[in-house]
Amino acid sequence: MSSPAETPRILYCRCAYAQVVPQETKDAVLRHLSEGGAAFDSVADLCEMSARRDPRLKTIAAGGPLKIAACHRRAVQWLFHSAEAPLNGESVDIVNMRTLSPAEACARLDAPDISPT
Amino acid sequence: MALSPGVHILLYEGSGASPLGSERRFGILTSLLDLGYSVSRTGIGACLSPEEDTLLVLGDFGGAAPVLEDAGGKVQITAKNIAGLDAVAVSSLVEGERGEKPMNQPGRWKPWFPVIDYSRCTNCMQCLSFCLFDVYGVSKEGKLQVQNNDNCKTNCPACSRVCPEVAIMFPKYSGGPINGEPVSDADVNREKMKVDISALLGGDIYNRLRERSEAAKSRFSKERDSGKALAERKKCLTKLASDGFIPADVLENLPSPEEIQRRAADAAAKAQAALAAAGA
Ligand code: SF4
Ligand code: SF4
Repeated sequence: MSSPAETPRILYCRCAYAQVVPQETKDAVLRHLSEGGAAFDSVADLCEMSARRDPRLKTIAAGGPLKIAACHRRAVQWLFHSAEAPLNGESVDIVNMRTLSPAEACARLDAPDISPT
Repeated sequence: MALSPGVHILLYEGSGASPLGSERRFGILTSLLDLGYSVSRTGIGACLSPEEDTLLVLGDFGGAAPVLEDAGGKVQITAKNIAGLDAVAVSSLVEGERGEKPMNQPGRWKPWFPVIDYSRCTNCMQCLSFCLFDVYGVSKEGKLQVQNNDNCKTNCPACSRVCPEVAIMFPKYSGGPINGEPVSDADVNREKMKVDISALLGGDIYNRLRERSEAAKSRFSKERDSGKALAERKKCLTKLASDGFIPADVLENLPSPEEIQRRAADAAAKAQAALAAAGA
């Protein structure tokens, strides 16, 4: 566990093209982000962005400490890699909305530190 | 599916604009995301600054929206005043601004393609020899690569089953470890067993599929009662689908036996050339 000085940015994936993330969890997490005061980025579907090697993935990956609300860590990590936008494992926390409860996912996003595993 | 990133949206609530209010903000976010847009929201901390995009800045500006320009000259920025507009009206404003710019939209294309976990892949090329649709290729450095992800058959995770290292993921698959869940020892042993089974069956899963599919077709042609025959064929295909995790529509649309053989030979030659080059 590391405590970077920089506040992690937040990226939220809506999984809009297949919806493998439970609707209740992704709605609760988005509502939580929307009600909070922090800036964040949200994308319709990281899989789709990876498929067409969206250049925004490179900008996201290169931008310092990051929390990604999406799905399984292995999937997200290699989706970025296949878009030639490798994530820095040490400074990226992937919050798995497929397995965590809405409350757990929100708490992980709010925590100031990064839990890479 | 080579689509451009389309339009990036920034919900602006900084100086010169009023806060959107939490219900309205949530409504706008969900409706734009569900249409396929990427949306950033300003607040405490940083958000994405797209580099080669069209940026649409939306805010409750008191009067006319400000005129904005990218100092670097790369991003085309347009600001729009959304005062008084609900989520539906904001979505139609955004759709109007996008105009003819192509963009994937939910329901049009499901992003389904293999994603390789290179921490597990041993570059054995079994996936490349197996796939008949030219999804896999080899990089300049001789590494297995997913090169034509558009060719992949939606909902078919068959190649993940031939990978002895459980290195192939389909993030939108329902179950693990194919969906990216951590891989257990039991998963690795199960996958190894599957490859051995396919070797026992002659090493060519496609031949097996084709034979079974052909058998189903010939039963179909001999049947007088076409309804019954159709049900029988469906039963057969359903069994294949449940056996091999291959969707029935993929099986129904397999190419002719000759074409399968030609493609399998091409894929095997490609894999062998890559392995030979790696060993050289
Ligand atoms: S990364 Fe995961 S959550 Fe995001 S679109 Fe892909 S499968 Fe869905
Ligand atoms: S079958 Fe698996 S281990 Fe072999 S090259 Fe393909 S992904 Fe890598």
